[in-house]
Amino acid sequence: MHDRNSPPQAAPEDSVAIEEARRQLRICNACRYCEGYCAAFRAITRRRDFDGRDILQLANLCHDCRGCYYSCQYAPPHEFALNLPRALAEVRRESWERFAFPQRAARLLQRHGVALLALALAGGLALALLASALGPAGGPAFYAVLSHGWMVAIFLPAFLVPLGLTLAGLRGYWRAVGGERVRPRQLRAALHEALRLSNLGGGHGEGCNFERGERFSLARRRAHHLVLWGFVLCFASTASATVMHYLFAMPAPYPPLSVPKLFGVPGGVMLLVGALWMAALRLWAERAPADGRAFWAGMAFVLLLAAIAASGLLLWLLRDTAGLLHLLTLVHLATVLAFFLSLPFTRMAHAPFRFAALLRDMQERETAGR
Amino acid sequence: MDDWQRPDVLVIGGGNAALAAALTAREAGASVTVLEAAPRPFRGGNTRHTRNFRCMHDGPLGQLTGRYDEEEYLADLMAVTGGRTDRALALLAIRESAATYGWMERHGVRFQPSLSGTLSLSRTNAFFLGGGKALLNAYYASAEDAGIVVRYEAPVTAMALDGRRVAEVTARIGGAELRLLPRSVVAACGGFQADLDWLAEAWGPAARNFLVRGTPYNRGTVLRMLLDAGLDPVGDPTQCHAVAIDGRAPRYDGGIATRVDCVPFSIVVNRDGARFYDEGEDVWPKRYAIWGRLVAAQPDQVAYAVIDAKSRDLFMPTVFPPVEADSLAALADRLGLPRARFLATVEAFNAACRDGPFHPTEPDGLATEGLVPPKSNWARPIDTPPFLGYALRPGVTFTYLGLSVDAGARTRRGGAPMQNLWAAGEIMAGSILGQGYLAGFGMTIGAVFGRIAGREAARHA
Repeated sequence: MHDRNSPPQAAPEDSVAIEEARRQLRICNACRYCEGYCAAFRAITRRRDFDGRDILQLANLCHDCRGCYYSCQYAPPHEFALNLPRALAEVRRESWERFAFPQRAARLLQRHGVALLALALAGGLALALLASALGPAGGPAFYAVLSHGWMVAIFLPAFLVPLGLTLAGLRGYWRAVGGERVRPRQLRAALHEALRLSNLGGGHGEGCNFERGERFSLARRRAHHLVLWGFVLCFASTASATVMHYLFAMPAPYPPLSVPKLFGVPGGVMLLVGALWMAALRLWAERAPADGRAFWAGMAFVLLLAAIAASGLLLWLLRDTAGLLHLLTLVHLATVLAFFLSLPFTRMAHAPFRFAALLRDMQERETAGR
Repeated sequence: MDDWQRPDVLVIGGGNAALAAALTAREAGASVTVLEAAPRPFRGGNTRHTRNFRCMHDGPLGQLTGRYDEEEYLADLMAVTGGRTDRALALLAIRESAATYGWMERHGVRFQPSLSGTLSLSRTNAFFLGGGKALLNAYYASAEDAGIVVRYEAPVTAMALDGRRVAEVTARIGGAELRLLPRSVVAACGGFQADLDWLAEAWGPAARNFLVRGTPYNRGTVLRMLLDAGLDPVGDPTQCHAVAIDGRAPRYDGGIATRVDCVPFSIVVNRDGARFYDEGEDVWPKRYAIWGRLVAAQPDQVAYAVIDAKSRDLFMPTVFPPVEADSLAALADRLGLPRARFLATVEAFNAACRDGPFHPTEPDGLATEGLVPPKSNWARPIDTPPFLGYALRPGVTFTYLGLSVDAGARTRRGGAPMQNLWAAGEIMAGSILGQGYLAGFGMTIGAVFGRIAGREAARHA
């Protein structure tokens, strides 16, 4: 929110998507019927008009629950043609592209599902070639395909470099929306809303209007919880394995009652079920309120998560089936590699950007409450 | 003839009153068919554009704060109608409104705290989360679950009366004229405000310049049929409720977003650049409703509200940005006003302003001196660029003419009750709202009399 003496004029850098979002947001702000749905609408009503950075922030604050679309008396075929979820989804994707480096990679991966598939295949092929060039590693479990040393040599930079790029992009976003120094209480409040997905509750806690159209449903909130916490558990599994490897000299494989397995198996199941559920919900939901250009790219990302989880679980279940083990290891490593390498350029960008938007929203609320 | 063409209860209309009647009748065991003239995306008549209903309560209730009792509610109604109300029916609506909150909730409607900018209503009016269309979505989902048959794009084209009984109803559905033989009929299909020809009968050709704030489907065809058939009318046929809205609003269906709340901080001039009424007579919510009529009386039914930079953030944001200029002369040109007359008007106004404390939210007594017409409050000179202007036109909300009903929502012909025809909602609201308007009371009348009509129609069937 900024003090202004004149309304925001269309800045030269404002895209068509931002212009369209501004047109719609002005109508929303003159109506305000949707105020109770989510944080994004409350942020709308705190503003008088909307410049490019307001729209950037609102777009990333929107959780795409679609409550406002189905309750809108101005939705198409009304001549105002309000479709805020779609307008904000387009700005959101553009913002992920804009703050990514290199932008070209983001434009490719945010718009084309097949690009992610190609990346995974290329990664798989490269790993296979490397493994065959090196010959049998002779280690236990998946180290039979690639030695521990090579894994670290490949995956450590493949994780750290994209992570660094993501953080750099996030810094660009934070500057663009006028973010201030973060206070611990703001961080706590944002975490609270992010981890509970409060904004997918519909304001009444009965859920959003996604795959059931005009009716409320908690399916998407639950599916996303499975993905989120499944992902966290899988990450915890890998992290605990790393600790055991280096600090306690206990390399993989681990027995079923070990810490990595107790995190990894339930985590993998949750991630798999959640990702497939999300994919199904995307198919069942109406396309009109979605960003049409990103539909299949988003789908590819969700399916990549499912593939990581599925291959990881199969790897464990079929650990004694010698013939498949090699192939499964390659598939699992390739999907994980594709996930890491594409981290700043895929739908995964929604997580850091959404969190930053929630954090910025907490700061705005504090300023407004003062 | 299919089963749905021989329902126990036929409901004509698709808004709040219609669905309240349909759901109540179905829950009483009747088979129910609903005929909605509009296509599905535009279902629900003017209910689509509503946001709350006025609710009596003896203590905090859901999202409602404090207490709003029968006495105060009735007093509010008397104040706006000038006593032109059927007191018994009004009391019925008021008393039953208390139970309406729970009834709506049970049918899927969700409420939210009073919207920002509407604090004055947080005690009296319960706001639907997502607005009227969300309420309709909840009602229609309940109707679907209950097995109510809903036909869209199904305007009623004829009703055959046999004495005091509706014998047959004809509707045009999918290009064919279909007959329906219901046992009971509930007419809940609104007023005639979207029929500008009908409005022109009372207002003259000026009515053709009016904008219609609500649905284009409320053309009053069924109301006219029934009045022509001799049903007892109620309400002033020459009156409609109109407010001043953004002149760039669409001809129909612009709804809430097209309102312009800047009048108290502005000067309002007509096409000729002259002021014509005290813009600062009272706080805006109390004067909102008179400006439609005032603008309707001006040449070409248009007026222009002009403010300066000092006032730009003092009122609710508008649907379209204002016309803006760095000088008053340029603003006159952009608004299409005669420059010399307009500048003279502003100059005279500015000269009549005096110093004093300015309070945007309450009458501050900052009045003009020696100006005709005066501006009684918030009179500050228009002198700080940029200057901003909004074209205003009359936006018709609803009409008053309707059908007379008794406490059972039953219509009458020649003073005697019809055997099987009930009415609910805007089509009978003229019984209670003889003139003026009370925010959220239309939805109260619709829900209360819809439920009564549904109950009585099911009992008869």
